[in-house]
Amino acid sequence: MGTLGWAARKLGGALVVLWLVATAIFIGIRLIPGDPAEAIMGGPGSQASAQALAAARAEFGLDQPAAVQYLMFLGKLARLDFGTSYALKRPVTDVMAEVLPKTIILALLALAAAWALALLFAALAMRANRFGAWLGGMVEIVAAAVPHFWLGAVLIMVFSSALGWLPAVDNGTAAGLVLPVLTLALPLAGFLTQLMRDSLATAMSSQFALAARARGESRLAVFWRHGLRHASLPALNLTGWAFSSLLSGAVVVEVIFARPGLGRSLLSAVLARDIPMVTGLALFSALVYILVMALTDAVQRAIDPAGAAS
Amino acid sequence: MSRLSKILAWLFIAFWALTALAPALITPGDPLAINPAQAFQAPGAGHVFGTDESGRDIYTRVIHGAGDSLFIGLAATAVGMGLAIVLGTLAAMAPRWLDGIILRVLEALYSIPSLLLALLIIAFTGPGVGPAIIAVGLSTAPGYARLVRSQIRTLKNSEMLEAATVLGRGTWLKVRNHLVPNALKPLLALVTLGVGQAVIWAAALSFLGLGTPPPAPEWGAMLSAGRTYLHLAWWMSLFPGLAIVVVAAGATLIGRALGGKARTI
Repeated sequence: MGTLGWAARKLGGALVVLWLVATAIFIGIRLIPGDPAEAIMGGPGSQASAQALAAARAEFGLDQPAAVQYLMFLGKLARLDFGTSYALKRPVTDVMAEVLPKTIILALLALAAAWALALLFAALAMRANRFGAWLGGMVEIVAAAVPHFWLGAVLIMVFSSALGWLPAVDNGTAAGLVLPVLTLALPLAGFLTQLMRDSLATAMSSQFALAARARGESRLAVFWRHGLRHASLPALNLTGWAFSSLLSGAVVVEVIFARPGLGRSLLSAVLARDIPMVTGLALFSALVYILVMALTDAVQRAIDPAGAAS
Repeated sequence: MSRLSKILAWLFIAFWALTALAPALITPGDPLAINPAQAFQAPGAGHVFGTDESGRDIYTRVIHGAGDSLFIGLAATAVGMGLAIVLGTLAAMAPRWLDGIILRVLEALYSIPSLLLALLIIAFTGPGVGPAIIAVGLSTAPGYARLVRSQIRTLKNSEMLEAATVLGRGTWLKVRNHLVPNALKPLLALVTLGVGQAVIWAAALSFLGLGTPPPAPEWGAMLSAGRTYLHLAWWMSLFPGLAIVVVAAGATLIGRALGGKARTI
């Protein structure tokens, strides 16, 4: 498959997924009992003014037949017009442009930190004895079982309350970012280490590693040039999934550390049942996931052309 | 699984089952009894895990919270698995075009991160225990459904199914008696892992104020209350969270021993 065909297929798939998400949201709005105008403006029993309700009716074409409403809804989304957040009284796109970069920066930093930690742990595990390996395995399992909302609290207790080294809220400084990033990165590092350890052991005991050693390459060079490449493939495979789990974790982390972002905005939109805001954020997070998946796919095609072709 | 680890796994399950079903056997206290004079007691002789802002005993609340927390986790897994069996089997047995549609729908569900999808569902249903179960269940379903589908597609070409066809069994009988039971066996390990994760997600929703409402002794709700007093009373947050970690790590260990690989956060 050529690169162009690959790109076209990815784009087509992405559009179908976004269309399905939008359709599900449209159906969801209709499923809320009572007046749909009221549902859009804060759910049944909302205190929306008659004026606001009339505006919503006009905006969503609620006096039109359902098919027309659906097309109007899709048409507006296609033009990236998500309407006005009734809770924040601002265009949804403005709010998203403000919060999305913050969450993506947080998630990318956490992804980088998790990879660095996982590589470190996996390399250390290579040199561990039996007890060390068992201990490492247990740490990985616990790290992967720790919920973000608790890990964040524990890190605040230790590094902020007890030791006073780092701020408990994200105040915009580099120090304020350390705890949120660690909270997101540690559980992911546990998962990645588990994956890398197995494939690293296989790679380092393989024929090509032995051959490289026989050619006179040092252990470190073999580890760096051959071992890592093989160890990172299965983990790289999971990057899309990892990023998606980081976006989930970001909701909780942004709440704990009072950091503005997509997650916290989504939570307040859900609490206020601010449907235009929820729609925009849901579609955008789907879009981010699709982009990341396409990127990992592209990186994989570069690292392992044979695997990508099959 | 070795004999010893089997015994340990069953002891672990028995302990949490007993705690969830009959917490009064383990601790006699009332998880909701307030005693303002005893507020914010650090862990000590009277209260092993300390007390919260209303003087309620944290240990009693953690033990009584097992019922709610584990029930939501199990129920959500059941919802997710049930939906996955229906969708996965349908996709595997259906003609190609229907299979394609179902796969696309699963991909769409999968492209929204689990917690975000759960939040999205709650935006429409409103908060509560029921919505939390449905939200967590739905957000785990696409992953399971893909696995069920691939399992059944493999089994479809097995000799066992050929034999059933030769014997003249209808499609429904084949699905019910052969395909679904055999597809589920290898999934048992993943479901065990999934229960641990569902408990975490459910607690996360309560933590965000969208699941079990306070003052119920649910672990996520307790953590949410503890967050306000993090600098003052660390024990309010430490112990409920520890209970979640023990359950999730235990579920992971058992799932791994059954042959599963961790693939969900």
